[in-house]
Amino acid sequence: MNMPRNSPASLRKALGAAGETSLFGEEGALSWNDLMAGTVLGPDGDEFDGRSILVATTSQFNAAATLVELDGVARRVILYPPDLSLDHLGFVADCAGVEVIVSDRLSSALDTIACVSPSSWTRSTRNSDRGVQHETEWVLLTSGTTGRPKLVVHTLASLTGAIEAGHSGGVVWSTFYDMRRYGGLQIFLRAALTGSSLVLSSAQESTADFLARAASHRVTHISGTPSHWRRALMSAAANLITPEYVRLSGEIADQTILNQLRAVYPQARIAHAFATTEAGVAFDVDDGLAGFPACVLEDTPDVEMKIEDSTLRIRSNRTAHRYLGGEQRQTLRDGDGFVNTGDVLKFREDRYHFVGRGDGMINVGGMKVYPEEVEAVINGHPEVEMSLVHTKKNPITGALVVADVVLKSAPETSCSEVRIDILRHCREALPSHKVPATINFVPALAVADTGKLIRFHA
Amino acid sequence: MNVRSEIMTQFRQVAQEQDRRLAPLTDRMELLNSGLDSLCFAIIVTRLESSLGIDPFSTSEDATFPVTLGDFISFYEHAAK
Repeated sequence: MNMPRNSPASLRKALGAAGETSLFGEEGALSWNDLMAGTVLGPDGDEFDGRSILVATTSQFNAAATLVELDGVARRVILYPPDLSLDHLGFVADCAGVEVIVSDRLSSALDTIACVSPSSWTRSTRNSDRGVQHETEWVLLTSGTTGRPKLVVHTLASLTGAIEAGHSGGVVWSTFYDMRRYGGLQIFLRAALTGSSLVLSSAQESTADFLARAASHRVTHISGTPSHWRRALMSAAANLITPEYVRLSGEIADQTILNQLRAVYPQARIAHAFATTEAGVAFDVDDGLAGFPACVLEDTPDVEMKIEDSTLRIRSNRTAHRYLGGEQRQTLRDGDGFVNTGDVLKFREDRYHFVGRGDGMINVGGMKVYPEEVEAVINGHPEVEMSLVHTKKNPITGALVVADVVLKSAPETSCSEVRIDILRHCREALPSHKVPATINFVPALAVADTGKLIRFHA
Repeated sequence: MNVRSEIMTQFRQVAQEQDRRLAPLTDRMELLNSGLDSLCFAIIVTRLESSLGIDPFSTSEDATFPVTLGDFISFYEHAAK
């Protein structure tokens, strides 16, 4: 397998170029240099050598410091997201052969596994002197809508394959994502490898407070899902930041959210990226239009893409290596090394558009409907803030499409008139089986800690 | 709410939304000749569940699909009792 360009031997080695730029958390700040030259796990640390370590901290700050310390030392590091129920801890520990847990949220989660609590940072010459003993496996957990998480194995090389290392002066990164998720980890590594400051979000903080804190550090580059951004734009605090670069990933970026971001951040380059935990970072597009031009499939350096059965498949040195453990012995890559993203594409008006997840499809009397394509149309209605399309069982067609809609403000006319107008808007843009049979107005929609709309499958 | 009039309202409403020419609504009108397709009926059933609070198709296990509009109305009136 080809190594990515400039692939660092370890995270600590990569930070050598970072200089005095800093990592900002809600709880404080630490320069990358200090992170490299200190410890939160204690001065000995031999208990981590060559081991499988599960990191389950509440604080992103502790997770960041722990990762810097363990990469190249531990055999395997498992990033346990803070929103994932601890009910899965035993399963994950079994699958990953966990020998030590680093956690600030539990003292003795599992009887058989030692638990270490990170302490406050102290200077230690030991870490900066250490060589790279292992190519550490980084294991990310993806949450299914139901059931157990999947354990996805990466290495620092696959995680950083899309990142051009080198110093980028003056850039201050931030992200709505938690860094235990692929989207957040990408931004953490991007900041680390390019010597940029990074403002971490916090689950305990409101969107408005986070944006205010990001503004106080003069954030220049910021990423999130379309749902993160819709929520941000509902807050007046969105006007506090003046980013040069706005990035969307993790969900389909529809034209409406791209237009809204353009209106609020006229100075910014607005890019929407395609990346998944399994398939890695594939490409991004910054022409302000939903979807992507066909040439992206052919002309993206270092990433091979093809469409089979309408779904996007990706082969590159950025894809994950395999799934780990248990019942999930399914293969992550096919025989040719391609990862099936499960994301369905349609070609229209000279561009490919993501229409939804293959597994989220609604079957209306034998005709396929992807919730996301209907949401994109509904979200284009001027009165609509956001929407969630889901399925309703039906005795005649098996299923029907129904929509939960959040309006921007209480309608000036009656709700029923707005409902009729949204349905008319849908009928103009969609074939009849894709038009919602009913529209329910709701005060809010649930967004998971992953930054994505919570979808429920019938 | 009057079951019969609500059903009539939904037939007209859905036909209009789906751009269908609706046959005159009499009790003897066969549903297959109403001008509505299965998607229209699916929507009508969902809307009636919202407005009347009943879905006799899913509550009665051995439901046979009504043939005429009169059957359809009786089916709902029976379930509403």
